[in-house]
Amino acid sequence: MSILTRRGLLKSGAVMGAGMAAPTFFVNQAHAYTNAPTGGSVTLGFNVPQSGPYADEGADELRAYELAVEHLNGGGDGGMMNTFTSKALKGNGILGKKVEYVTGDTQTKADAARASARSMIEKDRAVMITGGSSSGVAVAVQALCQEAGVIFMAGLTHSNDTTGKDKKANGFRHFFNSYMSGAALAPILGANYGKDRKAYHLTADYNWGYTTEEAVRTSTEAMGWETVAAVKTPLTQTDFSSYITPVLQSDADVLVLNHYGGNMVNSLTNAVQFGLRDKLVNGKNFEIIVPLYSRLMAKGAGANVKGIFGSTNWHWSLSDEGSKAFVKSFGEKYGFPPSQAAHTTYVQAILYADACERAGTFNPCGVAEALEGFEFDGMGNGPTLYRAEDHQCFKDVLVVKGKENPTSEFDLLEIVEVTPAAQVTYDASIFGGELGACNPGA
Amino acid sequence: MELSEFIAQIVNGLDKGSAYALIALGLSLIFGTLGVVNFAHGALFMIGAFCAVTLNRILTWSHVVIDETKTDFLGNPLKVNVPYVNDWFGVETGAAIIDWSVPLAIVFSIPVMILVGIIMERGLIKHFYKRPHADQILVTFGLAIVLQEIIKFFYGANPIPIGAPAAFAGSFDFGTMFGFDPNTIIYPYWRIIYFFFAALIIGAVFAFLQFTTFGMVVRAGMADRETVGLLGINIDKRFTLMFGIAAAVAGLAGVMYAPINAPNYHMGMDFLVLSFVVVVVGGMGSLPGAVAAGFLLGILESFASMDTVLQVIPGINQVVIYLVAIIVILTMPRGLMGRKGVMEE
Repeated sequence: MSILTRRGLLKSGAVMGAGMAAPTFFVNQAHAYTNAPTGGSVTLGFNVPQSGPYADEGADELRAYELAVEHLNGGGDGGMMNTFTSKALKGNGILGKKVEYVTGDTQTKADAARASARSMIEKDRAVMITGGSSSGVAVAVQALCQEAGVIFMAGLTHSNDTTGKDKKANGFRHFFNSYMSGAALAPILGANYGKDRKAYHLTADYNWGYTTEEAVRTSTEAMGWETVAAVKTPLTQTDFSSYITPVLQSDADVLVLNHYGGNMVNSLTNAVQFGLRDKLVNGKNFEIIVPLYSRLMAKGAGANVKGIFGSTNWHWSLSDEGSKAFVKSFGEKYGFPPSQAAHTTYVQAILYADACERAGTFNPCGVAEALEGFEFDGMGNGPTLYRAEDHQCFKDVLVVKGKENPTSEFDLLEIVEVTPAAQVTYDASIFGGELGACNPGA
Repeated sequence: MELSEFIAQIVNGLDKGSAYALIALGLSLIFGTLGVVNFAHGALFMIGAFCAVTLNRILTWSHVVIDETKTDFLGNPLKVNVPYVNDWFGVETGAAIIDWSVPLAIVFSIPVMILVGIIMERGLIKHFYKRPHADQILVTFGLAIVLQEIIKFFYGANPIPIGAPAAFAGSFDFGTMFGFDPNTIIYPYWRIIYFFFAALIIGAVFAFLQFTTFGMVVRAGMADRETVGLLGINIDKRFTLMFGIAAAVAGLAGVMYAPINAPNYHMGMDFLVLSFVVVVVGGMGSLPGAVAAGFLLGILESFASMDTVLQVIPGINQVVIYLVAIIVILTMPRGLMGRKGVMEE
């Protein structure tokens, strides 16, 4: 008969505790991070809008990802892998593993995007999630990837928040943001329209709209412009006539359309229909500005974009070697030039693969470390830095203008200025937020 | 608020109200004749707009000519698309035909939309006449989603710009007519045309129902379907045709709307919910009610979107129509011009 003493109980408890903890420890050693590839292939998750209003951008993103996978696996002409300054990629997949992919449909809805990302991580064992065409979606999926312990390489997301107040250690953005648009546009607007202007803002009533309005207001007011009104418009608005009419009644001589997608197409079309561009106010020609341009959207607005300034992350007409290689590769495969959405997603896929190669692992923490502070060139935007403090890429920003005499359906925008990266760089702390610690998951 | 601002918003509301009224008129027509709550009606508006897109594509159907003097984005000689109409009618006439593709689409869309309406009614909706309204809503809403996905498959998700004829580009300075400063009340010519076109269609539908034998039978059927049937008249056949006419009304609204906002596959859904609110406010099954409520809500929505109003009541622009609907339903449960007994069983 044994007598249970207090000391004996403590000893037995310690032994049992160690025993129970042991399997977890060994599991963690065996799978040090989420979805560590075990066979001869690695799976990437492409989470793009395949339905909903941005389905065409999503389709272009998917084309770019398929091209990137082809190039990573040694197929095709290699595209920008040939011009990329890092030579870690060898065309034999990533770390010798063949690249495979699964796709998800974000539907441009945060809930749907999280559900498709979760499915790709849990069911398809994707080691990285990338893509998207909305800041709301990017922020939501980025947070999910942080919790799940996988890397998120953002697609088209322009809000300051993605790498500002909502930044995460596992999330990285190559695309530029609202602040950069404002900083790049202001000097061009000042030079073309003067420094004594009265601006009227129409702003899409959601996160991206607010940060874009704030960025453009701050930068234009700093050079002397006055903001006479800033009106929020519902995201679901289709006819903007009742928002345009008050502009005519105001003293404004510039209309800033902080709209994207269908909103931008409709508000710009309505503004031109109402004759704003033919108007003379305060002795000056009335002007319209679209801070974020997309070639796919410009196509929707048709001739209304002519002569209107905006900014863009990349354009197929750039003449650097990286852009030329990408346009050739994409154009020969699909028959038309890539959009900026296609460009940024292709670059993100290549940058992720390159970081894995340089880190020698798919472990998100190793990959993040390889991306942080990484400087590169040859990817279409000139010398670029993936800043360690907020995981935001800093590179040249393009100021563009709707082309007066387009020669084809793709030739809608002309590059007015390539704003140097230094001019659009800001202190990482100004938008708040904390990266937190990298999460390898498992 | 200045008087010019007030007038500008009323004018604004008229063209928005025109679209609501046209869609709601078709909805009421279908509900009044067949007793069906048709949630696919917005999709008919969208298909109408895509009739304009389709005719434009037919008219711009081209063959390729290589221009050796220019290069494409890959540096190859530029392939220039030359429309066949330019070859057949000469460059100037060909360009004029393409320029007038939207007015031409009116003629093109009428038989197309009547056919779409009849196929929709005979192929699907007739099977739901005796089912509860909830079933009708579900099946027609599902049909709307299918139709918009079909359009997206063929035309993509991005808006497709279709211009009004160059003769109607630009805008009319209303302000100077009323003694205001130039450029204070401007209104695009095409929107003015849209308003008068809507008035014409609404007038034509009412005249058709009021002054033709066919219309008289339909009205009699709306009032007492059973008795009309007992008189030996095939009322079902006439109601099917009315469905086709209602589809054509929605389609025409869509065709003419194409130059106002670039058509996209989702545009029907954007109008659908508001049009239903219009029908409910106007009174279920009441054609004059639908038209009156369409214009009333269009004008109210315009006023609610003004910055001066938004500063006092933020967000009112997004809820004003629903607020009015609640007030109307609470005070007049049958809507502005609703008839007794409709949807009250």
